Amino acid sequence: MSDRLRNSPRVVDFGRRVFLRRTACMGGGLVLALALPASISGPRGARATPSELNAWLRVSADDSITILVDRAEMGQGVYSALPVLLAEELEVDPTRIKVAAAPVGEPYVNALNGGQITGTSNSVPEAWEKLRKAGAQARSMLIAAAAQKWHVAPADCRATSGQVVCKGRAARYGELAATAAKMPVPKDVVLKDAAHFRLIGRNLPRLDTPAKVDGSAEFGLDVRLPGMLYAVIAMCPTIGGRLKSIDSSTALAMPGVRRVLPTASGVVVVADHFWQAHKARDELRIDWDPGANASLDTAAICALLEKAAANPGVSALRSDAVAAALKGGNAAEALKKAAKTIQAVYELPLLAHATMEPMNCTADVQANQCDVYVGTQVQQLTQTAAAAAAGLKPEQVNVHTTLLGGGFGRRLEIDFVPAAVEASKAVGAPVKLIWTREDDVTHDLFRPPAREEVRAGLDEQGRLLAWSLHITSPSITARFDPTNKDPFDSVIEYAQNFPYAVLNFDLRYTRQEIGIGVGYWRSVSHTPNCFAIESSIDELAAAASKSPLDFRLELLAGKAHHTQVLQLLAERSNWGHPARGHYQGLAFMEAYSSRIAQVAEVSIERGQLKVHRITCVIDCGQTVNPRIVESQVESGIIYGLSAALWGNVTLRNGRPQQSNFNDYRVLRLNEAPEMHVHIIPSAAAPGGVGEAAVPLVAPAICNAIFAATGKRLRSLPIVAHSLV
Amino acid sequence: MVTFTLNGKTQSIEADDDTPLLWVLRDHLGLTGTKYGCGAALCGACTVHIDGQAARSCVLPLKALEGKRVTTIEGVSQDRDHVVQRAWIELDVPQCGYCQSGQIMSAVALLNSNPAPTDAEIDYALSGNICRCGTYSRIRKAIHRAAELLRGKESP
Repeated sequence: MSDRLRNSPRVVDFGRRVFLRRTACMGGGLVLALALPASISGPRGARATPSELNAWLRVSADDSITILVDRAEMGQGVYSALPVLLAEELEVDPTRIKVAAAPVGEPYVNALNGGQITGTSNSVPEAWEKLRKAGAQARSMLIAAAAQKWHVAPADCRATSGQVVCKGRAARYGELAATAAKMPVPKDVVLKDAAHFRLIGRNLPRLDTPAKVDGSAEFGLDVRLPGMLYAVIAMCPTIGGRLKSIDSSTALAMPGVRRVLPTASGVVVVADHFWQAHKARDELRIDWDPGANASLDTAAICALLEKAAANPGVSALRSDAVAAALKGGNAAEALKKAAKTIQAVYELPLLAHATMEPMNCTADVQANQCDVYVGTQVQQLTQTAAAAAAGLKPEQVNVHTTLLGGGFGRRLEIDFVPAAVEASKAVGAPVKLIWTREDDVTHDLFRPPAREEVRAGLDEQGRLLAWSLHITSPSITARFDPTNKDPFDSVIEYAQNFPYAVLNFDLRYTRQEIGIGVGYWRSVSHTPNCFAIESSIDELAAAASKSPLDFRLELLAGKAHHTQVLQLLAERSNWGHPARGHYQGLAFMEAYSSRIAQVAEVSIERGQLKVHRITCVIDCGQTVNPRIVESQVESGIIYGLSAALWGNVTLRNGRPQQSNFNDYRVLRLNEAPEMHVHIIPSAAAPGGVGEAAVPLVAPAICNAIFAATGKRLRSLPIVAHSLV
Repeated sequence: MVTFTLNGKTQSIEADDDTPLLWVLRDHLGLTGTKYGCGAALCGACTVHIDGQAARSCVLPLKALEGKRVTTIEGVSQDRDHVVQRAWIELDVPQCGYCQSGQIMSAVALLNSNPAPTDAEIDYALSGNICRCGTYSRIRKAIHRAAELLRGKESP
């Protein structure tokens, strides 16, 4: 532990020290559900027991303030933005705050996701009221404690800069915390209105930056425990295959090797050091049974989807009132009467997440307890998986969430957890299991491939008369809930929320499994669906002889926030007036309760595409920290651009053909375009940002390529097409 | 036994002599600021300085280090006060942060040899360091800012 704490000056670990009393009174508000055990032997020892003002806030007698953040920090800034929400109402300087990862617990469930899950770009939207309310309640309790101490009315006291003041007297929060923690939790608190924000909406420094510039920030890969051993895993190169037989005699005789352990996920090699385990893995003689995917390849997957797409599919229209506008009409009938129609098939490949930090997990299994140290987006699933692997009850497993070296949905999976736990249990010591980059790419749960067919029609005036989409794709959702017969799936969500006004709309889904599991890839349905929607809208604009901007504005008429985004984008991107030899393409999306649009400006010389500039406008409601929003938008653009240009995982004989950054190419600094991000000022409730910019990049660029060449690119990646 | 200078101090290490420096640093010496990203000198997360030059520690065997001078992210400064670190903090460059030790080591090596790099020179020197969060625009700005700080220009 000492190594861990020394390496993390700001981020402290409460997981071992805080025990959760499960309560049924779960709601969005303040839950005083935490109880400290009678004796606490925290690793720091000397510090006084902190008082818990609520599930997220600890105040110590020495005035140190710790906020437990219940979302995982994976670059999106939750360790900075979420504390600010609480600090705004608590009246403390955020630079005084220490941040700790919350343990597993009911108060930390993401009410919008239905679990302790970091995903769906909703960390700020979900915390927006919850944490400000928690801050206000705690402030109110601190004021009550001061009022009691001074025998004055609470109304005569005021909180400011970490203390309560009243008529010339002042008491620091640290002095008041112990009493305040015993005060009743006020039910109704009035939250500040936007005009009085001191912290929200300002470009405050990120709290996690200092530790990320000197190497002290602790990721899962950096966890060090006394007596810890290292492990690597040999997994069947054919996805879904199994171990048939193994000869580990050579490996076991190598220096430092402690154990070779077949597990359900693969053969684990445990050694004193990573490199010893890594070398020993090369000496394992394993006979794999490749299983059902022995002849699966990319062409076969495409053929499967194409064949399945001949089915009519099931209706996937939303049935709720919100979608009532899209329920009307009959797209098939309307298409028969259309003056012009388009039919286009858009095809999307498998993609790997390729987080910078490969998957890893450190487990310490003891007789009645298991500690898991891991960068995860899913603390509860991690706890359940570790408990099963350890043969313990979930409440006997402590999940210590480290910083994540990238998430992008990959760390919504727990496939790298059980083997670490099994290995620790087998050798009776803490074990850090590290996947190599090759393991990480070849055993990813890929973004599913999709075949999305649009049929749409225009009337005599070039107005959109009907728009329909048939999505054929494997399911992501079914893997988590095989019993679910609802046609809804994570792969069709954005199409269900089609943003444009059209009288005749239809959406159908054909689920076609491909023999391998697929997963959540940053923005999930939005990348494939937005590619089909925004490419087809561009095709329709061309068919109607209208500008891509005007055509979209027509379809969004009467929606002030949407049109504002497009109009500002037109202005900032100099729409219609690209540099000489450059061409522009546009894409729009409404998702994550945000509205976002991009213009890509490209040139093509002798078949070589160059993306010069991407201009992006986002209306994401009230921002907590505009600089982090801007960073997240740029992040989405870069991530989306890598995928648009090159992203493609191909299979041969059931084996992914890409394995490292040489063949799974991602964007480098010298390839990054100019980016201009504009945030529309707003006092509306915050929308999501982290995934919002990703899906627009591919359609914006492909629409620019059409402007330049007249060629429609209906499949990705772009590198697969000749632009000569 | 291999002996080299690590962050200014003499360091002797007993380990399999083909162990890459990356794992010597991380596993044997507890210096975890240097990151594993690819194991093949493709991503730059493991960048350190060998005799002042940026090098990928994931492919550098221990036996090649005898007598060399090694600097890691932990040895760049005492208090995050190197101009590159100051610029990184000022511009809030990191997102997830995992690649940033390597980015900073490449930037420090660049400025050591070229105190006022152009965009093209930054492109060349940093093209070996991948960032999946896409912090590239701020990395570029921060290197220019660090160059300003080097020249004694404190206010941005």
